[in-house]
Amino acid sequence: MNVGLEHYLALSAVLLTIGLYGALAKRNAVAILMAIEIMLNAANVAFVAFSRYVTPQLLTGQVFAMFVITVAAAEAAVGLALVLAIYRSRRTVDATQVDMLKG
Amino acid sequence: MTAFDFAFWVLATVAVVAALGVVLLRDLFRAALLLIVALMAVAGVYVTLHADFLAAVQVLLYAGAIAILIVFAIMLTRDVAQGNPFNSLHPVALAVSALLLVSLLWAVLATDWQKSFLPPLEPTTGPIADILFETYVLPFEIASLLLLAALVGAIVLAREK
Repeated sequence: MNVGLEHYLALSAVLLTIGLYGALAKRNAVAILMAIEIMLNAANVAFVAFSRYVTPQLLTGQVFAMFVITVAAAEAAVGLALVLAIYRSRRTVDATQVDMLKG
Repeated sequence: MTAFDFAFWVLATVAVVAALGVVLLRDLFRAALLLIVALMAVAGVYVTLHADFLAAVQVLLYAGAIAILIVFAIMLTRDVAQGNPFNSLHPVALAVSALLLVSLLWAVLATDWQKSFLPPLEPTTGPIADILFETYVLPFEIASLLLLAALVGAIVLAREK
């Protein structure tokens, strides 16, 4: 069987679930952010695969993937600044210990 | 098997193994380095999908800028000694992820995708510029505003009081 749309979507699904597992199961806030980056990449693989196999002349999926990369850059910058601010005030980046909002 | 198929399988294997390493490795710094490997493999996957410009953007922005930002954050927080432990939710997280994987793969295989057999555009840089500055010019401007807001927000949050 030749590699086609389904293969790329399966790759995307595998990467997304690996990222989801990491984002849910990790303690370190930086590790959670890394897992979220993997999830965003998985979504991009699906966008570009649809762009290639469903609308190869339109490039809409590729433009969407570029916007996702832009938002991911903004998310990484703000997220890591938050991690640094929390580390400065609490001396930890363990997400399970940062529970100031817990009632 | 053609060279294209071979490239896909190699890149997909590297991406999945590296992503698993990011999640499972005990050493946070090695996990960050493996994240760079995974992002570069995804850039290679874009090349197999004829998305040449996007592959370059991926290498520059993800494997360059974002990965360096993450390495900086690991260095500055000095929690590396504690490793990269799991929290108490991790059996539940594994079950939820496995369930999602099964349902996604089922959806991928059960759907009859409306495939087109037209050849892909190549190179994509010119057409992407056209579509980005005509159809998607408003989202493009909003994205620049978002980046500015994120930049100011990151400086405000990370600055020493």
